[in-house]
Amino acid sequence: MSNALIRLPKSVKRGEVFEVKTLIQHPMETGFRAGANGTMIPRDIIEEFLCTYNGVEVFRLKMSSAIAANPFVSFFTTATETGVLFFRWTGDNGFKMEETASITVA
Amino acid sequence: MKPRAALLAVLALAATVARAEIPEAERRSGYHDMGPSVQAMQDDDAANPGTLWLLQGEALWDRRQGAAAKSCADCHGAASGLAGVAARYPAFSGVSSRPIDLEQRINLCRTDNQKADAWAYESRELLSLSAYVARQSRDLPIAPPADPRLAPFLAAGADLFARRQGQLNLSCAQCHDDNHGKKLAAATIPQAHPTGYPIYRLEWQSLGSLQRRLRNCLIGMRAEPYAYGAPEYVDLELYLMSRARGMPLEAPGVRP
Amino acid sequence: MDTLHRTDVTRRGFLAGVALVTLIPAAPASATPDELAAAIKELVGSAKLNPGRVTLDIPPLVENGNTVPMKVSVESPMTAKDHVKAIHVFNERNPQPYVMNAYLGPRAGRASVSAHIKLRESQKLVAIAELSDGSFWTASANVIVTVAACVEDLVQ
Repeated sequence: MSNALIRLPKSVKRGEVFEVKTLIQHPMETGFRAGANGTMIPRDIIEEFLCTYNGVEVFRLKMSSAIAANPFVSFFTTATETGVLFFRWTGDNGFKMEETASITVA
Repeated sequence: MKPRAALLAVLALAATVARAEIPEAERRSGYHDMGPSVQAMQDDDAANPGTLWLLQGEALWDRRQGAAAKSCADCHGAASGLAGVAARYPAFSGVSSRPIDLEQRINLCRTDNQKADAWAYESRELLSLSAYVARQSRDLPIAPPADPRLAPFLAAGADLFARRQGQLNLSCAQCHDDNHGKKLAAATIPQAHPTGYPIYRLEWQSLGSLQRRLRNCLIGMRAEPYAYGAPEYVDLELYLMSRARGMPLEAPGVRP
Repeated sequence: MDTLHRTDVTRRGFLAGVALVTLIPAAPASATPDELAAAIKELVGSAKLNPGRVTLDIPPLVENGNTVPMKVSVESPMTAKDHVKAIHVFNERNPQPYVMNAYLGPRAGRASVSAHIKLRESQKLVAIAELSDGSFWTASANVIVTVAACVEDLVQ
């Protein structure tokens, strides 16, 4: 199982720029580490993180093995209208996690 | 031992222990030995990876489990009612006839009240729920119970803390009482106060318990680590909490 | 790097003994300054890489490279006509030269992205902003990653 945490303001003014902070549980195994028996541990990372705002892409991040375990990512976006921010993380071994957060634009 | 005699024994022991302890005004959380960027990570719940375990702990608190189909909330109500509990553990358990730590207390609740299996040490569930319970005590001072039944275990923990062991023939006290604030390689030796447990340790890339950290120290001393749940760990935890009396809890802390 | 600080030590023998506990695991092949340059070249092509506009905010010294907070901000009005299209980050000495590529647009309002990253050792990081007019702007930073004294397991 996996957990994700999204932090953003509940309510913002139209046109206001606000920060979106995200945290997701994931090992981000680099593929460059040896296990206890000396064999390499296979890579297991999130490759892409996407955020859409009422269906329109507002942020996308291509990740690599150099992103820390349990990735924290934050970015900004402009309040356009009340609605839903949708988040999707996809990666190795078919990893897929989706989350939504509501935003009220006054 | 009669209660009065036992209490006197505790007081006498406390006096003995107090001589070796770092005075309360000089007690320093490992938080203050970290760089500002790691401090900021701990301070911001949205960036502290330990928050991911809190989320799961919150869900577990309300989940009915075991043959009794009871949740933590069914007995305890809101988790906020447990404010201060983590600051008092380890505490004496009549069932176990010895002190138990917070993780063991949670597992006793599972086996006795929920009629569920105990969780494994360092399992995600046990870490999550203990983090969630400990979170309710954030900023509250560590307050070990004045329970005379704890006296012999506290003494055993203090003894273990001062005992040299392992291939490096080191004691906990040599680093954390005698040389704290100095450097070991590039790292500052902390005073070893258990203020942030369970902690998100950057080295582990995970949350981990105080027992895991103690095991880590034993490996560093090249001593044979005890098995998880061993009474020696709980005695040490008891002594460490007593030695950190009055310091605010930070759970879940972040450490390098 | 890997300086061993032994200031104020009165019991050198004791501490030196403990320091032996630290084993540095055998390192896999790491990217090189050449690979870093090649990765940047692949992105930028023949365009000019301009210094400025970009702020790469990362601690100069970190106690553990597993989780290092980083923020990249770019000076830009973030309008439809003039905005940051992407922010790219590269490193010099991880096994691969890539860290991340963030794609944003005028709706971002502010061209600023933060992430927790991994640094295998002390090295240089390079951030590059790709603007809507096709220009590239850059900033770099050096980070010292210190070696932990007490690691849990000998195999990492």
